[in-house]
Amino acid sequence: MLEFRKDIFADERDDNLLEVGQPTARQDILGHVTGTSPYYDDHRFGNLLHLKILRSPHAHARIRSIDDSAAARAPGVKRIIRAADVPVNLNTLLSLIQFGKDDEPSLASDVVRYVGEPILGIVATSERAAIEAMSLVRISYDQLPAVFDVEEALKSGAPSVNPTYPKNTFEYYGKYDHQKLRYGDVDAAFKQADIVLEDRYQMSPIEHAPTETNGSITVPDTNGRFIVYTSTQALFFSLDTSAKINAMQSNQLHFIGGTVGGGFGGKVDTLTEPLSILAARLTGAPVRYRFGRHEEMQFGSPRGAERIYVKDGIMKDGRIVARQVRCYFDSGAYTRLSSYAVVKCTAHIPGPYTIPNVHADVFCVFTNRTPATAMRGFGVTAVDFAMECHVDKGAVAVGMDPLEFRMLNMYRDGDMKAHRRQAKNCALIECAQVTAEKANWPLRDEFRRMSSRQGGSLERGGVVDRTRAPNQAPASKPVPTDISGGRTRAPNIAPPPVVPQRIAYERPMPPAPEPARAAPVQQPAPRPAPTPRPAAPAAPAPAASTHGAARFSSVFGTRRR
Amino acid sequence: MKTPIQFFLNGEEVAAFVESGANLLDTLRETVGDLSVKGGCWQGTCGTCTVLIDGVPRVSCVTLAETCAGKSIETTAGLRRGPDLHPLQTAFMEHFAAQCGYCTPGMLMAAKALLDRNPNPTRADVIDAICGNICRCTGYEPIIEAVLDAAHGDARHRA
Amino acid sequence: MTINVKTFPRLAEAASALSSERAAHFFGGGTLIMRAVNEADPGVQTIVRSTDPVLGHIGTSSGRIELGAGVTMAAILAERELSFLHPVARAVGGPAVREAATVGGNLFARSPYGDFAAALLALDATVSLAGGFTQREQPLEEFLGHRERGKSVIAMVAFKRPPPDSFRFAKVTRVHPKGISVLSISAQVPSASGRIAGARIAYGAMAPTPVRAKAAERALEGRALDAAGIAQALAVAADGTAPTDDAIASAWWRREILPVYLRRLLLGTAAA
Repeated sequence: MLEFRKDIFADERDDNLLEVGQPTARQDILGHVTGTSPYYDDHRFGNLLHLKILRSPHAHARIRSIDDSAAARAPGVKRIIRAADVPVNLNTLLSLIQFGKDDEPSLASDVVRYVGEPILGIVATSERAAIEAMSLVRISYDQLPAVFDVEEALKSGAPSVNPTYPKNTFEYYGKYDHQKLRYGDVDAAFKQADIVLEDRYQMSPIEHAPTETNGSITVPDTNGRFIVYTSTQALFFSLDTSAKINAMQSNQLHFIGGTVGGGFGGKVDTLTEPLSILAARLTGAPVRYRFGRHEEMQFGSPRGAERIYVKDGIMKDGRIVARQVRCYFDSGAYTRLSSYAVVKCTAHIPGPYTIPNVHADVFCVFTNRTPATAMRGFGVTAVDFAMECHVDKGAVAVGMDPLEFRMLNMYRDGDMKAHRRQAKNCALIECAQVTAEKANWPLRDEFRRMSSRQGGSLERGGVVDRTRAPNQAPASKPVPTDISGGRTRAPNIAPPPVVPQRIAYERPMPPAPEPARAAPVQQPAPRPAPTPRPAAPAAPAPAASTHGAARFSSVFGTRRR
Repeated sequence: MKTPIQFFLNGEEVAAFVESGANLLDTLRETVGDLSVKGGCWQGTCGTCTVLIDGVPRVSCVTLAETCAGKSIETTAGLRRGPDLHPLQTAFMEHFAAQCGYCTPGMLMAAKALLDRNPNPTRADVIDAICGNICRCTGYEPIIEAVLDAAHGDARHRA
Repeated sequence: MTINVKTFPRLAEAASALSSERAAHFFGGGTLIMRAVNEADPGVQTIVRSTDPVLGHIGTSSGRIELGAGVTMAAILAERELSFLHPVARAVGGPAVREAATVGGNLFARSPYGDFAAALLALDATVSLAGGFTQREQPLEEFLGHRERGKSVIAMVAFKRPPPDSFRFAKVTRVHPKGISVLSISAQVPSASGRIAGARIAYGAMAPTPVRAKAAERALEGRALDAAGIAQALAVAADGTAPTDDAIASAWWRREILPVYLRRLLLGTAAA
């Protein structure tokens, strides 16, 4: 039952919902219930060949020799595909948007870096023939030391997993080995805090396990073009990636997808198309590359495991005054999307709370494990899990109701966030209130009266401007950068109050930490926070940002052409 | 080596030559051309490939095709009669009982096996009937409601 | 290479064919063999089947129950005289798998599968093999000891009907009801004058084959079926087991929860 709480923020909204809340049938559900929705494999070709991949049995090994001569002669085998056959045998997914360096081969040539890494492709008249031929391949390996733990991988002397990133971390902006978020002074705040709570959280890799496994069928078309039926969630992404790896023009490829038998992020890595295309080019026949169920579970990329350390400094009255987070993403042997997941994670810290001192280090770490990928809110859900578990512990530590504890600390309009953006259009307090009402969760009156539109201010969470005495109007403090150029400012944000007073309680100003802006001790111009320029109070008024494209590129730094 | 096999598919007689040792799923999809049957695990554990053989649900990926000689096989392609959908198909549509749709053919056949045998199932009966079918999208509840609705009309949540 | 499928009308002929081919396997319901075929497992080259009606035989006259090796879980569920076995049959796979899974196939199923075999062990079942010239009947426990060696074809299992309400079964699984077992417990706890006499307890997924919990059985002898009476049996519940780590559970976990579920099963406090 869908219920609209139109009483909340009624003055801010045009009440003209035409689609939301109206039952609408999925456009493809008739196809689903009649078994006619076309998945990539729902096409038949008389001369279809089958591509199976021989995969590394070792987590880290040098390939000394490969003898595939017996396999090449095996019954039904049409072609063996070797690393040397791949036109561009080094890629990274996000090279399409100039983020990261090419680091992953389609077929390993000299070193294998995770159990399951593809080494050879065998194209045969049946899957059985291909699998039987695989058992005739002779590969000799020199095993190398391997590392499977994110923190072990960062210690000096750890085996180097990925030669593109020899220190086992992804490189941001050409020189930083992790993402940083710095706001205020957590060390000073921890010393002031009544309670300091620290804990470690660990998530395992999670397999999407879609009922339809990853797969594609490439069919030679006329004029040197190829039609590719694929399970991908990312049709154009896969097309461009496949074109790059095959050194083809993208207009030589016609990708047909659309019905995905379960994706959840596990069908964005373009796992099968590049090689099914190559196989079709080399044989002139339609070729299917389909993951078996064991392949899907074991070698299809999972959500990356994460290890997250959270340390909170909390006052007796329930304010969280400091949060320090150290997070390690297990990217596995190659980057894929973990580099971006780390950026999202950093952008998400410290959660939806106004905390005046925040310190985060987030690493994208390479280990000899299956390369990780996207899954349902990747980069965000795991760190949320850690921070929210930690907040529950904080509530217990101060003896507060866990919902009230959160509401006390939640963003309000006008608060300064750790990323130096002003919070606006906040609604979390109202969500909490409605949730409590629905769950019959008792809230004290004071919390039932709270509002996202009250009690926020630049200084509620922000670093104090030490150039003025308390209770004095700020001299030349600019409004922090609003990336939309002010055009979409929420209508009800009041200008920052002169005297930052909370309705609920008094609190002393924390003792002066060094204002981070006056003498920047942090990074030079490229920074992880998604602002296009430093937000120092002494700086001149920020230039109006241009448009949405700038916002996107600002996530990764300057847009390089 | 090829083996001849003859059976009935959705009421029509079918004859084919299959590879010795071929499973029924591959036979239906690759040889006979019924693409409404889907393959998920090829191990008999996910239920995606469920078909009815003489009215009884079977996982076709681990069914030896030649054991089906002379038998009557039903798949999703045979559920509708011309333009008229089977009540289960209508109920699945109305209850949003499919998202990616890949488990849906198997779910429909498992549900049909139940309703053909027991037109008055309880909720527990429905859960048992689909317990061999994995769905990664819906959380199962819409499917259970759809099957109960197809059986009882508007009745839901019957214990 | 293509698979050979050989079908014989008489079970004895099938048994001979099995022993004469190297990579041959007997086909019960196919739930395990066909997976190997689908994955082009080189260990399966020939499938041997039989249409011998003895495989489908169910005998429930008075004290002795006989089940042909080809009897499916669904057939057991359809047989009212076997209602005490219904909880076991129902716990094997979902409805489609139950239509194919056989008694004989379950006897060869590798741990953590094989819950029906564990139940038969708790019922002191014997196994009749069809091989060579005669049908030899041997205790199930002895058969399980050598099932990996040689090429046996099971014709039938037999056991004495347990007294009413004395046979119990619990399957511990993460995914109800069809999930693979963390472990299963089958127990016969007959009692005379309030004292347990001749208990039989067998576990699934606690060793490479189903195993009897003989230490626990001895500890129950002569005791009352109450918390105090079973305490000693719970203390030695895991004696003689050798659980392994697998994708379903760790050996440690299996050992830890075993006495908890044994207690619930014996005292009747298990959830339905």
